[in-house]
Formats: sequence, structure tokens, C-alpha cells
Amino acid sequence: MAEPLLSTRNLAKSFGGLTATDDLSLDVLPREVHAVIGPNGAGKTTLISQLSGELQPDAGSIFFDGQDITALPAWRRPHLGLTRSFQITSIFRDMSALQNVALAVQAHAGHSFRFWRPAAQDPELLEPAREALRQVGLQHRADVAAAALAHGEQRQLEIAMALATRPKLLLLDEPMAGMGPEESAKMVELLQKLKGTLAFLLVEHDMDAVFAVADRITVLVYGRAIATGRPEEIRGNENVRQAYLGEESLAV
Amino acid sequence: MRVDLRLLLILLVVACLALLPVAALLAEEPYWMRFWSRIMILGLAAAGLNLILGFGGLVSFGHAMYVAIGAYTVGALRHHGVEGGLPDILVALGASAGVGLLIGAICLRTSGIFFIMITLAFAQMTYFFFVSLEQYGGDDGMRIASGTQLGPLHLDDTLTLYYSAFLLLCGVIFLTWRLVNARFGMVIRGARSNEQRMAALGIPVFRYRLTAYVISAMICALAGVLLANLTLYISPAYTHWTRSGELLIMVILGGLGTLFGPVIGAIVLLQLEDLLAHITQHWQLFLGPILILVVLFARGGLLGLLAPRQVSQRPAEEIDG
Repeated sequence: MAEPLLSTRNLAKSFGGLTATDDLSLDVLPREVHAVIGPNGAGKTTLISQLSGELQPDAGSIFFDGQDITALPAWRRPHLGLTRSFQITSIFRDMSALQNVALAVQAHAGHSFRFWRPAAQDPELLEPAREALRQVGLQHRADVAAAALAHGEQRQLEIAMALATRPKLLLLDEPMAGMGPEESAKMVELLQKLKGTLAFLLVEHDMDAVFAVADRITVLVYGRAIATGRPEEIRGNENVRQAYLGEESLAV
Repeated sequence: MRVDLRLLLILLVVACLALLPVAALLAEEPYWMRFWSRIMILGLAAAGLNLILGFGGLVSFGHAMYVAIGAYTVGALRHHGVEGGLPDILVALGASAGVGLLIGAICLRTSGIFFIMITLAFAQMTYFFFVSLEQYGGDDGMRIASGTQLGPLHLDDTLTLYYSAFLLLCGVIFLTWRLVNARFGMVIRGARSNEQRMAALGIPVFRYRLTAYVISAMICALAGVLLANLTLYISPAYTHWTRSGELLIMVILGGLGTLFGPVIGAIVLLQLEDLLAHITQHWQLFLGPILILVVLFARGGLLGLLAPRQVSQRPAEEIDG
């Protein structure tokens, strides 16, 4: 097995009496799509927030690309190649789609103590930003205000912004949240297109999508990993069947 | 083609300000120049505040403190026998930058209502600090013997002061325009819109906000130097919280995050004050409701009222108004 890109070792986090992450050890390999599934309250978003640095774990360690990043501030992690997206669309609503992505490019184009040249005409920012919009299929909406985009488009923009930081591992928090079937299908198509170019840690409720794109799946229940394996192994796993997956989901 | 009413108004205001001294001299009303100098000086301070309030989304309730620091610099230097103009400006810029760096570094650890309260607290501390400075007149304040002199320019001369304030105001607005559209400004505006996302993209927001805070403090200190030249007097009242409140009102009244909003706000507020004060002693009673109406019905301030009707599809592309 290749050296994992991301590992957590005995990660733990609780809020008061509620255990959100419980002794979790998990590996994501380079260029792997690793899905994390589990019922509501299983601690999936809490896990992403710890990996992205917004929450500090109570115990345990996180390693990324051979480096212990457990205590690294959130804003430093994207510079190592670890970027997250948000379940609730988190964009700059009063800026255009292109500006949103340009800002993400800017975050990785050196410091921003540049006080004179207009950023809106800076090809160094705009070219990569347009490229990221093209990747997610949003190039024709570049100049539309982010707030005026349709929900599905905002979700695509969310991904484009994360891609523009050139991650090695993208933490995707429910990219299909609130999407209709058509939009979901487009997102699955996008993930399949991107698959193999970078690694994903994908948290998602849409089982069709998860089983379509994931290389491996980890099942979380009450913050604890009850199973990790290839999709067909997870489907056949008796614990998972009892703890989480309904019969109809397994018929996928 | 639509005529941009905002642009028209701004051009008109700039032209009027440029020509006002001519009218004042012809009408033999030098008081006009002093009154409008005051408006531009406070407009300058409001423009400084606008950088972090309008573009950065940080409600500082203590920016009069930096105006006072600028004014006290002139008073203190003259008191200790330092003549000449360059020290006034350099010390004012240096002192406001230093104080701004220190206070900003503390205040910017907080956000929202806490930021408002802590900036207010620091301004109040500064107020009592100036009150306790007996050698500078304490509570009563102090007369300044002479103004700032830069070579042949005597800033305490009415006409010189007027055009200094005018040019400095234009310069600061131009600087702000470059600043907010450059990469630095994109970070500041992005952080106003969505701070969490900025960190998730890998941008350390704090250091950029602190820089913006220091720049805005320095602009206010420059306004303070001019104010000292206008009044030839310093007083702790310069840093009273009502002064900070006035600056806030100017920015909000004129239009948050617009380049000329603070100037429009300063003109309207001070004119209203003047006008209402002529009519009634209780002018504040009437000023209040007017401000409330503006806030309720003109969310983008007075400049926002004149903006071309925005289709929701149009992004806030470049700051131009």
C-alpha cells in the first residue's frame, strides 16, 4: 500500500457529553476518493472541521503529506495542499463568480500586500480562475454575481474555489446538499472527471453518488469508524447493514 | 445611455469645493472657507474610517482617538518649542501608526459587537489620558501658538489650509480607490463578506485587517493635524465618543464602502447641523429622526440612493462610486 497522504491517529473530539469523534484512525491515499458516510450526527462535518483546522481535536494526531499538522492554523493548511469545501455554500456573495475564484487563486499567489495594481485586471489571477471555472463547467457564468447563481451553480463555484487552491486533497462536505437529481448527476460527473488528478475525502448522504465515485468508504457511527473498505465490501458488511444502511440502499 | 447620477453629483461636489474659495473671496465671506475646511477635514477622517468600516466591515467606535492624536502632536510639539512642519506630520503619522498597531492588534482579536465595545473602550481611555495631561491643559485643552509650516506653506492660513485639506482629501480618495481594487483590497472586502472562507482558502485575514486598520488610523491622524491648524486649539473633546460617533454617521450617511460616501456624509451632516442649529436650539432632536430615515430607507447611504438601479445579476465589480 502506498504511503497515505492524510492520516488521523486516535483522533477524538467531544462537545460536553457528546462524542463527535471517537478514537478515529483513518488513511486517505494519494489520488484516492475516500468517502465517509454515516447517519446524521455521526460526526462527519466535525471530522472535516478538524482536518481543515477550524476545530482542534481533544486528542490524537493528524498527519498530512508526512507532516504533523494537528496544531497547524487553518489558513496554513491550504498551502500544504489540504483544502475544504463547505456543506452550506460559503462564497463571497457580493462578488462575481470569477472574482470568487480569483480570490482563491490570490490566496496561493504569494502575499496580498499589493496595494496598487487592480486585481480585477490581473491575468496572473484571472487566467487560473477562468481555468478553474472551466473545470467545473461554470465558465459561461463568470461575470454573474455569486448571489445570483442557481443553487447548483453555487455548489459548483464552491468546488471551483477549492480547486483553485491547487489541493492535493480536497475535503468535500456534502457537495450534493440540497441538489435536485439533475444537478447531482452533474456533480457526480464532475467528481468522476476530477478523480485521479487529486485525492478526495468525500462526506455525502447521496449513496448513489458515493458508491459511484468512491474508491474506499469509511462508515462512521457515533464518531467511531465501524468499517473501512471498497464499496462492494461495505455493501456486504453485516455491521454496516445493521448500523446504518437500509436494505434499499444496498440494492444500489 | 443612462446618466450616472452619482458620478454627476461627485463631479459637481469636487468642482464646487475646488472653486469655493473664489466665491468666498468675492463675497468677502472668509468664514465659508473655514466652515468648508472643517467639512473636508472631518470628511478626510471619515474616509480613513471608511477603509475599515465600509470596505472591511469593522465598526470602529473609536476613530476620533486618531484624529486627537494628530491634533495633540501639533500642540505638544509646539508646546515643547519644536517649530516647522515636517515633524508635525511625521510624528503624527508615526504615533498613530504605533498606537494603531498596538490597539488594532488587540481589538482585531474580537469581532462584531465586541469589536465596537473594545474600540470604544480604548477611545475612552485615550480621552481620560488627555484629560490627565496637565501640561497640555488637561480638561480645558490648550491653545497652539502657531500652525504647521511646510516651507512657504503656512497651514494655519485660511486659504492654504483649505486647499491642503482639499488636495489631501482627493489624494486619500485616490489612494483608497487603488487600495480597495488591488489584491490587498480584495482580501479586506473578502473578509467582510466571508471571513471563515478566507481562512479556508489559506488567507491569514488578521494581518491584512491590521494593516488596513493602521492605514485608516494614519489618515485620521493627518486629519487631526489639519484640525489643529484650523482651530489652533487642542482639547480632550476631540477624542470624545460623540466625535467617533459623528465619523460613523458620516460614513453610513454617505454610503458604506463607497469612495466619496464619507465626503458626502460629512457635507450633509455638518450642513444639517448648521442649518438646524440656526432654526432651533434643539437641533439634535430633529437630526436624529433624519438619520434614522436615511438608515431605514437608504441602505446604501445617500450615494446608494443615486446609484443606477442595480439588477441583482450585476456584481459589485469595481468600486467606482
